[in-house]
Amino acid sequence: MKPPPFIYHDPRTLAAALRLLGTLDNAKLLAGGQSLAPMLNFRYVLPDHVVDLNRVDELAGVRIDGRRIRAGAMTRQRALEKDASLARLCPILREALAEVGHFQTRNRGTIGGSLAHLDPAAELPGVMALYDAEIEVASAKGRRTVPIRDWSRGYMTPNLEPDEIVTAVSWEPWQDRHGHAFLELARRRGDFAIVGVGCLLALDARDVVKRAAISLVGVAYGPVRLAAAEERLIGAAFDAPAVEAAAAEARRLEAKSDLYASGAYRQRIAGVLVARALQKAYERARG
Amino acid sequence: MDKRAISLTVNGRPVTREIETRRHLADFLRHDLGLTGTHLGCEHGVCGACTVLVDGEAVRSCLMLAVQADGREVVTTEGLAAPDGTLSALQQAFRDKHGLQCGFCTPGMLTTLTAFLRENPDPSEAEVRDAISGNLCRCTGYAGIVEAALAAAKRMREQS
Amino acid sequence: MDRPRSIGAAVKRLEDPAILAGRGRYVDDLSLPGMLEVAFVRSSEAHALIRNVDTESARALPGVHAVLTLKDLGVDRRMVQANPHALLRQDITQYPLARDEVCYVGETIAMVLAESRYVAEDAAALVQVDYEPLPLVVDVREAARADAPRVHRDSPDNLAARIPWKIGDAEAAFRSAPHVFRESYVQHRGGCHSMECRGVVASYDAFSEQLTLWSSTQSPYLIRRFLAEYLERDESRIRVVAPDVGGGFGPKAAHYPEELALALAALRTGRPLKWIEDRREHFLATTQQRDQLWDVEVACDASGKVLAIRGRALHDHGAYVPYGLLLALGSVVNFPGPYAIPAIDVAIDVVFTNAVPTTPIRGAGRPYANFILERTMDCVARNLGLDRAEVRRRNLVRPEQMPYATGGKLPNGKPVMFDSGDYPAALELVLRNADFACWGERKRQAAERGRRLGFGISCYNEDTGLAPFEGATVRVFPSGKVVVTSGAGAQGQGVRTILAQIAAGQLGVKPEDVSVEIGDTARFPMGMSTVGSRTTVTAGSSAHLAAVEVRDKAMRLAAELLECSSADLELADGAVRIKGVPERKVTLGELARRLAGQVNVPSPAGFSPGLEATAYHAVERPVYANGANVAVVEVDPETGRVAVVDYYVAHDCGTLVNPPLVDGQIVGGVAHGISNVLFERMVYDRETGQPQTTNYGEYLLVSAPEMPRMHLSHMETPSPWNPLGVKGAGEGGTIPCLAAVVSAIEDALGAKVNEYPLSPERVLELAEKG
Repeated sequence: MKPPPFIYHDPRTLAAALRLLGTLDNAKLLAGGQSLAPMLNFRYVLPDHVVDLNRVDELAGVRIDGRRIRAGAMTRQRALEKDASLARLCPILREALAEVGHFQTRNRGTIGGSLAHLDPAAELPGVMALYDAEIEVASAKGRRTVPIRDWSRGYMTPNLEPDEIVTAVSWEPWQDRHGHAFLELARRRGDFAIVGVGCLLALDARDVVKRAAISLVGVAYGPVRLAAAEERLIGAAFDAPAVEAAAAEARRLEAKSDLYASGAYRQRIAGVLVARALQKAYERARG
Repeated sequence: MDKRAISLTVNGRPVTREIETRRHLADFLRHDLGLTGTHLGCEHGVCGACTVLVDGEAVRSCLMLAVQADGREVVTTEGLAAPDGTLSALQQAFRDKHGLQCGFCTPGMLTTLTAFLRENPDPSEAEVRDAISGNLCRCTGYAGIVEAALAAAKRMREQS
Repeated sequence: MDRPRSIGAAVKRLEDPAILAGRGRYVDDLSLPGMLEVAFVRSSEAHALIRNVDTESARALPGVHAVLTLKDLGVDRRMVQANPHALLRQDITQYPLARDEVCYVGETIAMVLAESRYVAEDAAALVQVDYEPLPLVVDVREAARADAPRVHRDSPDNLAARIPWKIGDAEAAFRSAPHVFRESYVQHRGGCHSMECRGVVASYDAFSEQLTLWSSTQSPYLIRRFLAEYLERDESRIRVVAPDVGGGFGPKAAHYPEELALALAALRTGRPLKWIEDRREHFLATTQQRDQLWDVEVACDASGKVLAIRGRALHDHGAYVPYGLLLALGSVVNFPGPYAIPAIDVAIDVVFTNAVPTTPIRGAGRPYANFILERTMDCVARNLGLDRAEVRRRNLVRPEQMPYATGGKLPNGKPVMFDSGDYPAALELVLRNADFACWGERKRQAAERGRRLGFGISCYNEDTGLAPFEGATVRVFPSGKVVVTSGAGAQGQGVRTILAQIAAGQLGVKPEDVSVEIGDTARFPMGMSTVGSRTTVTAGSSAHLAAVEVRDKAMRLAAELLECSSADLELADGAVRIKGVPERKVTLGELARRLAGQVNVPSPAGFSPGLEATAYHAVERPVYANGANVAVVEVDPETGRVAVVDYYVAHDCGTLVNPPLVDGQIVGGVAHGISNVLFERMVYDRETGQPQTTNYGEYLLVSAPEMPRMHLSHMETPSPWNPLGVKGAGEGGTIPCLAAVVSAIEDALGAKVNEYPLSPERVLELAEKG
């Protein structure tokens, strides 16, 4: 289980990284390495070149510009977790990050790496989906922004060309009084979720839902939003039938089967977790 | 063969070596530097036995290339005791509380908990269990390890 | 027996300081000048003929020293059978490298010797193996059918052995029994997963004609014997060393193709060679325990007294028989467990499958048997509407029946006898600790809060300290240093500490002043294996006997030197001294110097040379540890997720030599059991025979947050059958755990659970089946 031979590159700037990526054949980008390194050790991937982004300083760090948060792709998961402003502006991020691997892997793992690797059960894409985040990508030819709903193109396949690099992800935190919850069912602490559910609920002064976002991971290849359920919750009484209606929509999602869980079980867990997450988010919003 | 010269600090000592770039940090520490206290249990980042401190942060050395440690400060299990060989409070607590049996997971437990206790000097038992959730042990059932971490935390609090 | 103070003391482990400082010595820490590293080419097919192995491009790779197949090793024989047995119908072991047929994915085909493991793996990927696929079978039920594909092309069928185990007249009991109940059970225990994988360094020194093999093994002496037999070399020319072993759990007791292949290649090339198993190889090539399927009938009376058990089982044995029938035997010969059941008729079919061979893992078949017995007790209780504890009370062997003959026979023809123990008292103790009397109420209260609790009970006993022997030498050097050498090995349990404590107690020194040298065939003449919870009983008793002899010798010589009666002497602080006159003394070092001899000076009359003694504790029959466990689980009824919240153990392994070390064995054993029930499942694809779970994302082991609160209590009923009164403790945590946890889940669900492992999804399915 030793990495295969490759040529290693460690550019210092994004421009240099993009140039390399534009010219090298069969190159693989190395971000935090918490998914790529095992794949190299197993020789599941056999790149001729590895382009390490860890010394591209401009890709790391969180900026808060007015109402928008922008996290550089190479921002470590652990840095996001420790960031006090983020904890205040979008506490669900810390709640979800606690479920991402273990603190040793979060010390290396990056938000851009999570988005680009796009494991179906990865928590961070699920959180980003709640905020309708935008993913910034660049290549030697230019830059573009991809809304998260267009990000997944299939199993572990993001909307990213071979010569493109994820540079950042940005999102607008909710300003209104709101509650959050991120819940998942995993076999053990730190395992990839069988199903994970993120939920944000904003309430008006009378505790009526005025904005809702529910996303699921582990069910499909990418994060899924429960758009219809969100719509129905807004302005309606937050009661057991409302919660059950959202859960029922989650149970109707098409869910994948694999070695760990059947699609039917995933649907069922999706329903359970959506109900629990809604309840928890609502309680937190009411304070 | 793609090679690079790297310079880093390991357990306080400066080290310069030419290495193959695909070599992971654990093999570099073990076989190039002879620091065999760092163990490889799975080489895919799950068991935690290879955990070392890079710039003070606990990371899997099987998931990091040695070349990526260029310019960094690495501490391995050999670097946890005082220069005169006195075991750290955590190491001593592992002995006192029977926190190891075969000893293979131990280096990763020690480095992980060293980093954890620095940030969490007064953890609950559940927090300790969470901190080592990414470190597998087949021998102990974790009880002695958790006890050792709590005892070490207490001792360090008393000393500071 | 008067017990030295060091026995029963919480002596800190002698092993720890080096390991904690990062100075442990595991096999991969060894580096020899000129050493090459080895990677194996392994079968990608579950069953195939090998038409051709093309090594040309691999050999051409820079840094590659050689690529070897069986032919290149110059041998054409299968490996030695480790444990021959009369019932073994098809004794098929592997070749060190495959000859022309491969029978599981992962079987060794060729080996690459290169300057580094990196290059060796590069080259291994370039070796082209031309396979002709053969029909295959990995499911044990399918494999047992008459028309099943043959696991070995030339076999008449897939039956390796059929093992019967009969006590009393079960047929008569079933004819007349008031009640007969039937159940089927599916068990699956998973792999070894010591945190250190296997590893071998082999070195041949032509000058001294000495072959040295360092292996992460539980059985250095057996490996030496098997190598000697296969290589046709004297054992005196082979040295096998087990350095620090990073966990063994049973599979490291077996002899593996890689050990033999490295020895052969080292002899052939003259180069020191190292092979370190990586985790993927551990999944593909280290022995496992997988499925055992049971159909069981129980005959009982209305009071719940069990009159007979009849059972038929299929055992998934994997592709070869490297280790005899020990695992399957252990699954049947331990009936009737701790119960006084007059009639037993069980039989197990040992069936080949195209999968990794199976050999004992912690418990060695006993957990399978215990599961059947304990689930049967629950089955009787359920069907008769009786309390589960009460059914056990009515069936446990009672203390006044000790020593108790089960009616079974040991391999040497002697009756199976339990030596000692108060089995009902252990049950009462654990029930009291777990507050059993209030269970019903606690469960109801929890249910009112929407929590579903379950309580499971399991009793067990275990034959420990297995035959035939271990030995030890206790030696005092003129420096005063006490050294214990033994043929026993270690795998992390603290054997060094235990042997030091035992010797120190007799010799009046501190345990930390005793050096213990074990696991090296050059240090001691004979040894067996560190398996079967036997080391403290066998090697410990030997060290005790030897230390007593050394002590007597020291006292006798000191009496002559000090001109007094040895009755007036005491041994303390490394010296023999006159009681009440501590300044009149002679140190152990001085006594050792006298007995070490001087040229042309006769030794003291009546004394053999050296202040040393060697003893072998021979075991005629095992001694029985026992205990009772209670598991408390909470099941999330919506998701099926199970949390084991509390776990209670009452345990009796006789004299406790070092209580924290015993606790460590028990808690670790329970963790293994919980891991088996809730997490570990080795999956093979039925069509292709490909293993599906080959990393720690796919194959799960219990981690710290999933462990329950542990509540341990000890009883100490010394065994009358060894000088220390000790019984083994290494497996007693695991054996009853599977049944206890499954029983608790069943209780929580109110639905029958006759299987493990249990995923949350499966728990929900079972709950709904009712």
